[in-house]
Amino acid sequence: MGLDKPYLDIPGTTIFDTDQAALGYHLNMFAMSLKDAENRELFAADQDAYLDKWPMTEDQKQAVRDRDFNRILELGGNIYYCAKIGATDGLNYVQIVSSMTENDAEAHRQMMIDGGRSPEGNRYLHEWADGDPAARKERGEH
Amino acid sequence: MAQITASVYSSHVPLIGVAIDKGMTQEEYFKPLFDGYEPGRDWAAANTPDVVILVFNDHANAFGLDIVPTFALGMSETFEPADEGWGARPVPTVVGHPTLAAHIAHSVIQDDFDLTLVNNIPVDHGCTVPLSVMYDQPEAWPCKVIPLFINVVQYPIPSGRRCLELGKAIRRAVDSFDEDLNVQIWGTGGMSHQLQGQRAGLINAEWDNAFFDRMVNDPEDLANMEHVEYVREGGSEGIELVMWLVARGAMSDLAGGAPPTEVHRHYHVPASNTAAGQLILEDNS
Repeated sequence: MGLDKPYLDIPGTTIFDTDQAALGYHLNMFAMSLKDAENRELFAADQDAYLDKWPMTEDQKQAVRDRDFNRILELGGNIYYCAKIGATDGLNYVQIVSSMTENDAEAHRQMMIDGGRSPEGNRYLHEWADGDPAARKERGEH
Repeated sequence: MAQITASVYSSHVPLIGVAIDKGMTQEEYFKPLFDGYEPGRDWAAANTPDVVILVFNDHANAFGLDIVPTFALGMSETFEPADEGWGARPVPTVVGHPTLAAHIAHSVIQDDFDLTLVNNIPVDHGCTVPLSVMYDQPEAWPCKVIPLFINVVQYPIPSGRRCLELGKAIRRAVDSFDEDLNVQIWGTGGMSHQLQGQRAGLINAEWDNAFFDRMVNDPEDLANMEHVEYVREGGSEGIELVMWLVARGAMSDLAGGAPPTEVHRHYHVPASNTAAGQLILEDNS
């Protein structure tokens, strides 16, 4: 019998549980290494050489090269670990976080000033059956 | 005798620390947030404790995935501010209280909470931002600090009930420490926010404000809230709010005393991606 994971029914959200942590151990420990300034310099100087020091999957390395944070989380990354990749790029949390959404950093910042993303329509997977906010935005809906 | 005299509940958003460190608190974006902190700072200046037990979570700066303790108590004489990827914050070293920490460890572990005991460990924004919120930019922090790290990053994390009960055990421990010490306990993190996925940026002011009310008036019931409700209603990182229950559990009304007195409450959206909240309760034992 599987474990009870009621959080799988929340859209646009990846809960970092022990299964995700098992997938992402090397990915996260790579990201955590960037808390040290000398490692940030090494990574910035030669990204591929630095990534090759870690036994990550090719998909994980590509997600890092692409700075595709949604894909990074899907492959076992945790946001607090992997935000250090963004820190190494000189990004702040609003820039990192907005890259996962339908908004650019400025639009995201304004959304936060206007009170943030409402929980209405964003609580259950079935509420996104017609697409996530990026798909809806593309169709010109809110 | 040592005594827990108050509990403080505070967000620990990194950007709040940046604003203080860089002198940006009077800028248009930050001013309403910091104006709301003024009464808390006045209270803090008039009620400086000997020791703060500061409940927070590490954000991949002290612990990695090699060791994931559910509850870890800082035993050291000092704790240095961590470099989290952007360089360490220019804030004073956090000075611990090893004898009280040792007493709490002895008492709480015998009270069936399996604390991990840690030395020589850095503290990140989770610990230093609440100190800056209350004490601004001093040469040295005005009190000793015992860091209590709670895992809220890798699930399963402790339940609200477990956090509340841990707070009660900490109160029993402090009550039995012989030295005369004025002790506060601070629960930090939250309020609603989500830093990940297509749902990032979620804020739920209605839920946050109900959380404040329940924290003050009915923490025993609030402790029954399931993790999934925190995440669904308050965002994936809103789960940090379970740590507030540790501080609330240490108030004497939950051990048969009178209800605490609410001194101050402040709520502001946004601080970066987060709803910032603050609550101060004075104990009435």
